[in-house]
Amino acid sequence: MGLMDLTALELGKKIKAGELTAMDAVEAALASIEEKEERLHSFLTVDPKGALEQAKAVQKRIETGELKGPLAGVPVAVKDNLCTRGMLTTCASRILYNFKPPYTAEAVANLQRAGGIVIGKTNMDEFAMGSTTETSAFGITRNPWNLEHVPGGSSGGSCAAVAARECPLSLGSDTGGSIRQPSSYCGVTGLKPTYGTVSRYGLVAYGSSLDQVGPIARDVSDCAALLEAIASYDRKDSTSVQRAEYDFTSALQEDVAGLRIGIPKDYFGEGLDAQVRNAILGAAKLLEKRGAILKEFDLGLVPYAIPAYYIISSAEASSNLARFDGIKYGYRAGEYEGLHSMYKRSRSQGFGAEVKRRIMLGSFVLSSGYYEAYYIKALKVKALIKEAFDRAFDHCDVILAPAAPSTAPKIGASLKDPLKMYLSDIYTVAANLAGLPGLSLPCKLDDKGLPIGLQLLGNCFQEKKIIRAGYTLEQALGGHFPAPKEVLKETGGKCHEQTV
Amino acid sequence: MSRQYETVIGLEVHVELATETKIFCGCSTRFGGAPNTHTCPVCTGMPGSLPVLNKKVVEYAIAVGLATGCKITRYCKFDRKNYFYPDNPQNYQISQLYLPICRDGGVEIETPAGKKVIGIHEIHMEEDAGKLIHDEWEDCSLVDYNRSGVPLIEIVSEPDMGSAEEVIAYLDKLRLIIRYLGASDCRLQEGSMRADVNLSVREVGTKAFGTRTEMKNLNSFKAISRAIAGERSRQIELLEAGKPVIQETRRWDDNKEYSYAMRSKEDAKDYRYFPEPDLVPVSISQEWLEEIRARQPELRSEKLVRYKKEYDIPEYDARILTESRSMAELFEEASAICGKPKKVSNWLMGETMRLLKEAEQEPEDISFTAAQLAKLVELADTGAINGPAAKEVFVHMFQEGADPEQYVKDHALGAVRDAGALRETVRQVLEDNPQSVADYRGGKEKALGFLVGQTMKAMKGKADPGLVNQILRELL
Repeated sequence: MGLMDLTALELGKKIKAGELTAMDAVEAALASIEEKEERLHSFLTVDPKGALEQAKAVQKRIETGELKGPLAGVPVAVKDNLCTRGMLTTCASRILYNFKPPYTAEAVANLQRAGGIVIGKTNMDEFAMGSTTETSAFGITRNPWNLEHVPGGSSGGSCAAVAARECPLSLGSDTGGSIRQPSSYCGVTGLKPTYGTVSRYGLVAYGSSLDQVGPIARDVSDCAALLEAIASYDRKDSTSVQRAEYDFTSALQEDVAGLRIGIPKDYFGEGLDAQVRNAILGAAKLLEKRGAILKEFDLGLVPYAIPAYYIISSAEASSNLARFDGIKYGYRAGEYEGLHSMYKRSRSQGFGAEVKRRIMLGSFVLSSGYYEAYYIKALKVKALIKEAFDRAFDHCDVILAPAAPSTAPKIGASLKDPLKMYLSDIYTVAANLAGLPGLSLPCKLDDKGLPIGLQLLGNCFQEKKIIRAGYTLEQALGGHFPAPKEVLKETGGKCHEQTV
Repeated sequence: MSRQYETVIGLEVHVELATETKIFCGCSTRFGGAPNTHTCPVCTGMPGSLPVLNKKVVEYAIAVGLATGCKITRYCKFDRKNYFYPDNPQNYQISQLYLPICRDGGVEIETPAGKKVIGIHEIHMEEDAGKLIHDEWEDCSLVDYNRSGVPLIEIVSEPDMGSAEEVIAYLDKLRLIIRYLGASDCRLQEGSMRADVNLSVREVGTKAFGTRTEMKNLNSFKAISRAIAGERSRQIELLEAGKPVIQETRRWDDNKEYSYAMRSKEDAKDYRYFPEPDLVPVSISQEWLEEIRARQPELRSEKLVRYKKEYDIPEYDARILTESRSMAELFEEASAICGKPKKVSNWLMGETMRLLKEAEQEPEDISFTAAQLAKLVELADTGAINGPAAKEVFVHMFQEGADPEQYVKDHALGAVRDAGALRETVRQVLEDNPQSVADYRGGKEKALGFLVGQTMKAMKGKADPGLVNQILRELL
C-alpha cells in the first residue's frame, strides 16, 4: 500500500507523528501523478518544485509545533479556476492560456494556512461550463473507473485525481452541481457548502450568485476536515457570511437516530436510471435501519429548476466573462484591425463553443425586451424553489436524492446534445438556486463497474446534519469506498488528447 | 423667424466624491500619480476579484440627497451596466438603475423672474472608468486605471431648465451645496464635476416635449453656455427647415463651437442591466440616517438667515461670504475672536477677494487663519497701524501666511503715536507750507487735507492719521 492509499487524515496523522514528512507525501503524490497522468489527464499544471518548497516550509512549521492542524503536510490539487499567485490559472480556456494571477484565492490561502500543499491545478470544463470536463480547451480527463467514460464536470479533474489516488484531497467549485456530479461519477465524496461559507475571492466567477468552492475527498471525514480548513468569513467577499461556528468535523458521528430524512418523490420518477434508483433507495433503507425516519414527499417545481438555473447562470456568466477581451491579460488575436476587431477575434478564438453558447444565451435573456420575460421570471422561480425547500425542511432534517440520473456517460456522448446534458443537472441545480449545502458520496457500483453517487441536501448552514448522515451511511456501507486501482492497472491505453 | 421657441433642458451631473479610497477597493483616489500605481486586482478587473462597497460613498451620497431634499431609498441596490470599452476593465460598470439611493428632490435657484425649483429625479452611486491615452508616436493606445473605481454620484435633474442662465445657476447651486458638504471639490476643469446637457426645443405654448439630444464633453460653465446656445439654434434651424431633430448623443467641441453626432438612438447600446450579484443590497437604518443627518453642516440658506440675525452686515456681504463654506467659516471664526464682523467682512470682501482673483484661486485655497485676520483687524482698528500699512501686512499674510504682529514689528510699520515726535514734524510741515496755513486760516478746510498728506509723507506713511489731524488742528 502506497502513501496515496491513505486518507488525508491518516496521512496528516503520520506526518504529525514524525513517521513521515510532508516531503514524503508530496513525492508520493508526484510519483502517482507521473504514473497515471498520461492516461487520466486530471491535471493542467503540476508544480513539483513549488510543492516541494511548500512541503519543506510546512515540515519546519510542523516540527516547531506551529502547525497543528490535521491536514498539515497533505498534498492538495486545486481546480484551475481558483487563483494561485504566480501559478497558471487558465480555467481550462484558451483565453487565459498564459494567465498567472497576482494573488491567491482566499480558499486556497486558507488551505495553505492550515498546512495544505498545493500540488497542481486540475482540469475542468472551460470556465466550469459543462458536465463532463470535455469542454476543456486543453484536452479531456478520463474517468479512473473506466477510461472510456467521462469523469463528470465541471470539477472532473479534481474528482478524477482523488479517485485515482494521485492525491488525497482537491478543491472544486459548484455552480449547478460541478462538485457533486463528478464526485458521483468518480466514486469520491464532494461537498458544496451553503452559499457564503467559503469565500469566492479569487474564484474566477461563472455564476456569481450560485458559485461555491468546496472540498473533494475520498471519504466524509476528509471532506469535513478540508471544509473546516477552507471555510471562513472574508471581508473581501461581500456575499461571505459570518457563521456561528466553523467546526464541521465534530459532526463525524455514527448517529442518525430520529433524523428525519426526506425523499422527494419527484426526484425518483422518469429519467432516473433504475440501478441508480435502487442503489439510492437501498442506501436510504440502511439509514432507516440505523434509526432514521424516512419521509416521502413532493418537492414540487422540479421541471422549472433547470431553465431557471441556465437563465441565471448564463446571464451572470455573460457579464462575468466580458472582462476577457484580450486587453489586460490572456489571449489576444494575432491579427486585427482596430478595437472592435481585436475584441471580436480574441473572444471568438479564445472561447470554446459551450462558453460562447452560454454567453449568447445570457446576453439574450438580459436584453431589453426579454429581461422581464426571462431573467426576472427566473429569479421568481429561484425564490419559489427556496420556499419549497423551506417547507420541506419544516418536516425533515436532510433530503436524500440521487446526485445524477445515471452513472458516468461515455466520452463523446454528451456534447452532441447540449440540451440533454443540461437536463442531467436536474438533481443538483436546485441546491445552488436555494443556496443549500449538498454532499455527494458513493454508495455502490453499477453493473458496468461505475460508481453511483448519493446526494444529501441540508437546510442553509446545516452542513453538520448532512455530514453526520453521510458519515453514518459510509460506515453502514462498510467504511471506505474501494479504489479504481484494478481498472487503472488493466487499461494501459493512452489518453487521446484534444488540441486547441 | 416667425415662430417663438422655448428651450427645455435637463442635466445629468457626475460628481467625483472626495473619499480617500475607491468605491470598491482600498486604492487611493488621489488625482495624478504615475499610471497604474493606484490599482489592485479589483479596480483592474482581474479574474476572481470582488468589489466591497466603501461606506463613506453611501454617506456622501445620502448627505447630498438630504441637502437637496431627496427621499433616501432605505433599501438600495447596485446593478451592472454592460458595455465594452478598454477604460472599463471588467467591461461592465457597477452603477444603480432600479433602486438608486436618492429620489425626488430639488434645489431652488434664482432667476430674473424670481425663485424657481429645479427638480432632481434621482441621485445614484457608480464607479468611474480609467483613462485612455493615445500614443500617436507609437500608434497605440494605453490605459491608466488610476481613476478606475473612483466613486461618483450622478445627479439627474428633471427637464426643468429653460436657459443657459438657469443651467448655470443650477450647477452653481449644486456645486455650492456639495462643496459645503465636503463631498467633492466639484472642479469642472479637472473633471471632478461633469455635466451632460439634455436639450430639446418646442414652440411656445406646446405641451409636448420636442425630441432631445444629449451633449457631452462640457468642461466649463462657458462651454456649457455656448453649447446650449449652439444646440438651441441648431435644433430650431432644423425645425424651421421642416427637418426632424434626431435623438442622439452629441459631442461639443468648444474650440470650433460646434457639436458632432456621436451615436443615435437607433444604434443606442443595450446595456443589459441586471442586479450586481457580487454586492449585497444596502440597508440604511434609521440610526445611520439620523447620524448622517446630525453631521450635516449648516448650509448656505441657513447661514444667510442666521447672519441677518447675528451680524450687523449688509445682505450683499452675507451672500458673498457664504458662497463658500470655508470663507463663511473664516468670517465666523474671525468675527468671534475680534468681535468686529463688519470689519472682518470688509477684509474678506475687498482685499481677500481681490488677491484670490489675482492668483486665480478659490476661497478653499486661503492659507491665513481666522486668528491672523482677527489680529489684523485689531491692529488696524486700534490705530496701531494705519490703512496703507494694514494693506501691506495683509498681502504678506495672504501670500506667505505672515503673522501680522510679527510682520509689523519686523518691518517697523507701527504707526508713530509719539505725540512729541509727531508735533516736531507737523511744525516743520507748517513752516514749509505757509500758503496752505494761510488758506486754512482763511477758512479753506481743504488745505488741512493737503497738510495731513504732507505730514504723512514726511513720516514715511507710518503716522496715525487721526493723531496727525488732531495735532495739526491744535497747532493751527
